[in-house]
Amino acid sequence: MSATFVGMPAFPSAARTALGNTQLRHNLAHATGVIRAKRAAVVGEVENWEELRLAGAAVKERALRSLDAHLVQLEESLTARGAVVHWARDAAEANRIVVDLARAREIDEVVKVKSMVTQEIGLNEALEASGIAAWETDLAELIVQLGGDLPSHILVPAIHRNRAEIREIFTRRMGEVGRPAPDDLTDEPAVLAGAAREHLREKFLRARMAVSGANFAVADSGTLVVVESEGNGRMCLTLPEVLVSIVGIEKVVPTWAELDPLLRLLPRSSTGERMNPYTSTWTGVVPDDGPQEVHVVLLDNGRTRALGDPTGRQALRCIRCSACLNVCPVYERTGGHAYGSVYPGPIGAILNPLLRGTGDPQTDSLPYASTLCGACFEACPVRIDIPEVLVHLRAEVVDAHRADRLPKPEALAFRGAAWAFGHAQRLDRTEWLSSLAGRLLRRRGRTSLGRLPGPGAAWTDARDLPAPPTETFRAWWRRTDGGERP
Amino acid sequence: MSARTGAQTSARAEILGRIRTALLDVDRDAESATAPIVAPPGARPPGADHPDGLVAHFAERVADYRATVVRCPPDGLTAAIAAALPAGARVVVPPGLPDDHLAGIPTPVPDSGLAASELDALDAVVTRCRLGIAETGTIVLDHTPDQGRRAIALVPDHHVCIVHADQIVPDVPDAIARLDPHRPLTWISGPSATSDIELDRVEGVHGPRRLHVIVVDPDPA
Ligand code: SF4
Repeated sequence: MSATFVGMPAFPSAARTALGNTQLRHNLAHATGVIRAKRAAVVGEVENWEELRLAGAAVKERALRSLDAHLVQLEESLTARGAVVHWARDAAEANRIVVDLARAREIDEVVKVKSMVTQEIGLNEALEASGIAAWETDLAELIVQLGGDLPSHILVPAIHRNRAEIREIFTRRMGEVGRPAPDDLTDEPAVLAGAAREHLREKFLRARMAVSGANFAVADSGTLVVVESEGNGRMCLTLPEVLVSIVGIEKVVPTWAELDPLLRLLPRSSTGERMNPYTSTWTGVVPDDGPQEVHVVLLDNGRTRALGDPTGRQALRCIRCSACLNVCPVYERTGGHAYGSVYPGPIGAILNPLLRGTGDPQTDSLPYASTLCGACFEACPVRIDIPEVLVHLRAEVVDAHRADRLPKPEALAFRGAAWAFGHAQRLDRTEWLSSLAGRLLRRRGRTSLGRLPGPGAAWTDARDLPAPPTETFRAWWRRTDGGERP
Repeated sequence: MSARTGAQTSARAEILGRIRTALLDVDRDAESATAPIVAPPGARPPGADHPDGLVAHFAERVADYRATVVRCPPDGLTAAIAAALPAGARVVVPPGLPDDHLAGIPTPVPDSGLAASELDALDAVVTRCRLGIAETGTIVLDHTPDQGRRAIALVPDHHVCIVHADQIVPDVPDAIARLDPHRPLTWISGPSATSDIELDRVEGVHGPRRLHVIVVDPDPA
């Protein structure tokens, strides 16, 4: 019933498949365009946005620099307020904790708040394997779960589905797992949302246990924060008897006051709203209000590996707003599935290798899924220099493959570039040759070289190499006096 | 609960140990690591120095989310609440709702620990709030007795929330400074919404589909 990312092909071939999917490309271009415009409008309202970004980055940086101390403090604050804190080194350990908590209470179904970390660890599959049903309650996650496929965007995970497909999925699948969709279901978004409301309400009212993630975990107060839109989060955090929150160790914010810049940055960067419809905060157990048993699982699962990389550790500042996805020219054309991970787009291209390490072909292809244009850094509310980390990781991937029998085409290409750039005359000659080729091709009406032969083939497998320009850069520079003259 | 199992003790020790190793290159005593970060000031809404400017800005921002906003003088509150509720609505009320609020509710159902399924059978809820944020059009509930348990402001489909003009603060940092993190907090900015289907905004999925905010203003402009 549920799909997984394990065994995904490397980015280039997955991207080629995705590029052939016109529905996906159309939906993505529309979605990213709309969200970009909304974000730009509300970011433009904030006079000191750049200062705010600096503050947001500084808060997360400060949290990471003494992560051990903040986690110990978080544990103390939570315990003092009646929560039970668990630690999990990896996905298997975290999943076992949740399964054991459910089993000990004879619970056979849980409701879930949309959470990337539970996808990262494959919690639904682990629960299912133990005979425990896990119901996704976010509308998009419900669509993805019922459709048996994978999320494609951090913020709008079902953006690859259109309304007619969603209607078909609801009609076919809802009845199998609970309250069926009404017979007169249309494909109006409001009607579809209404069907989801009815379908899930029976689950909210019945469920004894909920599983959530957290956007932030405040060390000095022991407060967890969940930011959402639909109210499914509030349902899960409020109605069941038992609440288990899985929190990546990088979610720590040192003090309550330091939440301020993050709560100002996140909604504007993410959905392009001044504030998201609902933000819930809770600190341990509240007597006579909400779950009377509260568990928090602090998860490593590769985060300490990322933390040990002085260039890469900034990726742990990420607040999962998805702004970098929406501005990325590569993501806009390939979509989230091609990245083979719950973390797609520019952040995924650095986070996955940092969490997992290099060495596996799928992960190793991710740092190349970028044009290094820098738009992601400009958009990032916590100023993660994604291009810097990409370049750093590319070097690591190349190093990791130094011992391979055949060098990677990228390594060959860079060696070729070093040869050409190393000598001005050589560069002139190479450019002249390439511009000659460009003129010949254009005469035949081609603007792209298609696939290259030899070791370059692997490079052009995933890229249509544009036909070289008819004038070399250096010739253009001489002719126009460095662009001064037309 | 305090007894940790062996696996838990070692997971904790191991994760903390990994963190210390990962951070060996970091100067822990640098000021940037020890002193809390003070964020730049929030927005000063136009006319924020006059209470009326703040209230007007708040009302405008709440309305932007397609919530209903009305302003009334203190002696108009009872009528404003009555007008916000559909005829015959069964309305759950928190234990500490003041009398002049109650007077506007024809059939109040006091919350005596109602089950979620009982709440689901009710039509509306009337609460007060802790504060309002002008810049973002947000109301924040801290679930003290004049607001009640979190569940009562969530399950009924229609939420009527009363904000007093002096509870409105300019922006998020002012709110954070006033709120007590040890209370459960619900920040509400408009009705429940989703854009999950082709990015079409739909008001109302699981939270109340109608949000009605009444601003009590001693001297409305
Ligand atoms: S890397 Fe930055 S822009 Fe991308 S999701 Fe994370 S916080 Fe947002």
